[in-house]
Amino acid sequence: MAQNESNIAVDLRGISKHFGTFVANDDISISIMKGEVHALLGENGAGKTTLMKALYGMHRPTSGKIFLWGKEVDVTDPKVAISLGIGMVHQHFMLVRPFTVTQNIILGMEPTGLFGAIDFLQSRKRVEELSKKYGLLVDPDALIEDISVGMEQRVEILKALYRGAEILILDEPTAVLTPQEIDDLMGIIRNLTVEGKTVIIITHKLKEIKHIADRCTIIRRGKKIDTVRVHDVTEQDLARMMVGREVNFDVPRGPFNPGTVALEVRKVSSLDGRGLPALKDLSFTLQKGEILAIAGVDGNGQTELAEVLTGLRNLVSGNIFLRNEDIKNLTTKDIIRKGLVAIPQDRQKFGLVLEFSVSENIILQEYDKPTFSRNGILLNDAIHDYSAELIEKFDVRPPVPEYKASELSGGNQQKVIIAREVSQNPDVLIANQPTRGLDVGAIEFVHRALIEQRDRGKAVLLISLELDEVLGLADRILVLYEGKIVGELEAAQADEQKVGILMAGGQL
Amino acid sequence: MSQLLRLRRTLKFPRALGLTLISIVLGFFVGAIVLLVAGYNPLEAYGIMIFGVFGLPRYISYTIIIAAPLILTGLSVTFAFRTGLFNIGAEGQFIAGSIAAVIVGHFVRLPIILHVPLVFVSAMVAGALWGSISGFLKARYGVHEVISTIMLNWLALYMNNYLIKLPFLHRVGTEASQKIQDTARIDILGVWKTSPEGREWRMENPFWGDILRSEINLGILFALIAAMVVWYIINRTTLGYELRAVGYNQDAANYGGIPVKKSMTVSMAIAGALAGAAGGIQIMGVTQEITVLAAMEGNGFDGIAVSLIGANTPIGVVLSGFLFGALRYGGTKIQPALGAPRELINIVMGTIVYFIAMPNLFTLLQERYFSWKKKRLDISLPKEAGGESKNV
Repeated sequence: MAQNESNIAVDLRGISKHFGTFVANDDISISIMKGEVHALLGENGAGKTTLMKALYGMHRPTSGKIFLWGKEVDVTDPKVAISLGIGMVHQHFMLVRPFTVTQNIILGMEPTGLFGAIDFLQSRKRVEELSKKYGLLVDPDALIEDISVGMEQRVEILKALYRGAEILILDEPTAVLTPQEIDDLMGIIRNLTVEGKTVIIITHKLKEIKHIADRCTIIRRGKKIDTVRVHDVTEQDLARMMVGREVNFDVPRGPFNPGTVALEVRKVSSLDGRGLPALKDLSFTLQKGEILAIAGVDGNGQTELAEVLTGLRNLVSGNIFLRNEDIKNLTTKDIIRKGLVAIPQDRQKFGLVLEFSVSENIILQEYDKPTFSRNGILLNDAIHDYSAELIEKFDVRPPVPEYKASELSGGNQQKVIIAREVSQNPDVLIANQPTRGLDVGAIEFVHRALIEQRDRGKAVLLISLELDEVLGLADRILVLYEGKIVGELEAAQADEQKVGILMAGGQL
Repeated sequence: MSQLLRLRRTLKFPRALGLTLISIVLGFFVGAIVLLVAGYNPLEAYGIMIFGVFGLPRYISYTIIIAAPLILTGLSVTFAFRTGLFNIGAEGQFIAGSIAAVIVGHFVRLPIILHVPLVFVSAMVAGALWGSISGFLKARYGVHEVISTIMLNWLALYMNNYLIKLPFLHRVGTEASQKIQDTARIDILGVWKTSPEGREWRMENPFWGDILRSEINLGILFALIAAMVVWYIINRTTLGYELRAVGYNQDAANYGGIPVKKSMTVSMAIAGALAGAAGGIQIMGVTQEITVLAAMEGNGFDGIAVSLIGANTPIGVVLSGFLFGALRYGGTKIQPALGAPRELINIVMGTIVYFIAMPNLFTLLQERYFSWKKKRLDISLPKEAGGESKNV
């Protein structure tokens, strides 16, 4: 690509960012061309977001320079970034939920009329214009709390455009979207570049990069590895550059050899936290030696299903049989002791006591067993030895039982949880979004662990929002939509298209 | 490498200690400024305080006497805090304990070897009941413990005043209750020292005689033993493990099968028992009676500060309890000598707590001005593991 000076929208030169002794960005230089879609690829914690936060003025780089349109700029805070034409859509949306779409978009830059009153008519018109121009269809009068996540994202993008953004940074924009919504977003991004906008997308999903990006910069452990033209490389190449070694996407697995029914969910209904029906007459069976995946868009009852199965939420009606024994409404502890364990969806909230050491976390469900305590006194040597053994077996790093859980990386935290759950030799393992927020290397580890359980004849229930994960791991797929199972597919006959349609509430 | 990590872990403690010491110095510094502004010589005032605490054997024993219940109420706040509960109710639990101590101490007749433990246990049980009400209300109905313990403080105060007026407990012609039996007293040689032989012996042995002029008692032993027991429970038992897990992360504790609600009640009961014990030793060692309270005495509230200054650790609470005792006692000396208000001591204490409550200030100062101090142990972890942890 001809690096014509005037075509460079953003030029980052030698950006470094240190947090104490930790180097988040190490001398990174990237030139981003006007009108291109530039992907920043890297594992979690590689420093992608840190770099973009420097560009958006959310923190100052320790050293390095930022050039916009060939001129050096000093982005001291996001307000300056906005005035320079930079917009950022964060992973977590920052919208006022009881406000309308229009109110959110104009927030802080309201056009005012007589006596400083907000000119809503004009605002609404501007929003409609923008929305039409870029194909970002939204209802300007809808309340944020009534619209879908995909719509919220559009509002965020409109917000940035309304503020005059020429350069748009999207941080992990597809993490919360359905496959169809992702397609829509790709279309929107294309429209934006056609109109001359520059788009930077932060992601660790290779497929999306291949799909939408022109060029891609790979960052690993704070260092820039390379900037490549996406057409010239394969997904395998990208993964290797991102992780620093060959990544095996296809975990080998034994033949599908289902056994007897391990878990039966029969006509289960339950309410969500607000007292509204979340699960409606749900029934399915889980066999030994299979991975049964529950696919679905977030918020269709996944959380409640996992909670009901692990004893954290009571049923309204129905039964749950674990090897023919009804475990409905038992306490979590009893359910664990009967052989059903779970990898919770939020490992920092439910899975770990972050302030505890790794060994204290490993005994979290077993501290009162005679192996680890006698007469109410903890047996520290036994706990230490057992933890050290699991740490070695599951390759937790650093391999120190006394290390605080909060000091581990996300992948290693997940290893601790998996080590703890699997080591109790359960019959049923429930994995609720077990790879959420993990990088490619850790994902591979988790997938291997799940398949190993399956191959050992255990029953695995995988609840996942990641379609790739569902299609890659499952022997059987159930699609959850609005608290009901709306479809069942054998792995062999399932594809992205079919599952995607069911996930969105459609019919095959 | 694992040794290095362990070393770093143990190094954290001196850092906390260092911050606390700096806070204490700053507290005195601010106190000095206040004294200056008010027209007193701070050096003179602090000199009087130091002499007032260490000048005579008797002074030291007074400091210890005052420190003992503060250590216990400090432990009470610390214990609840480790379970994630804020026990503002040590004050009320203290009162409950002292009421029980007076009743059991006055009406029960037993030899000293049985009577003292019985009174002590009664005070603990009363405090535990008082504390567990708040724990139960929180666990069962979600009532915030700060609200319920404050309410229970007032209930305890009025119950104290009401009970004293009842004929069975009232000592005629006073604003106080009946006194406890001599068999329930833990002040050292309390009866003998006022007898003619005792007075004579004290004249002949000025050092011990001087100590005996104070209400020196066994309370401090009880407090130190309690600190050890609390440390052991928190760090070595399954109960402590459960309570800490609940304190750090209720959701994960629940998920792991720990009974969260029961833990809250148990934690508040134990916290209450510690504050009740403070009330008990105060009765058995010093006052021997309860008196009508016009206002809260502050034994429990000071426990909050003691706990904070002691970084919510039993050993820290013991040290800060002594500091607090010294300040409380020394502070009373500057009023008669200088005419400076003793409330000044409260300013010093308050300032210390404030400085301790903002450790980030010190981190900031350290980064800005004391970069030479940043010679931290640089531990190079395996990259895959250590490198990412910041971002999680």
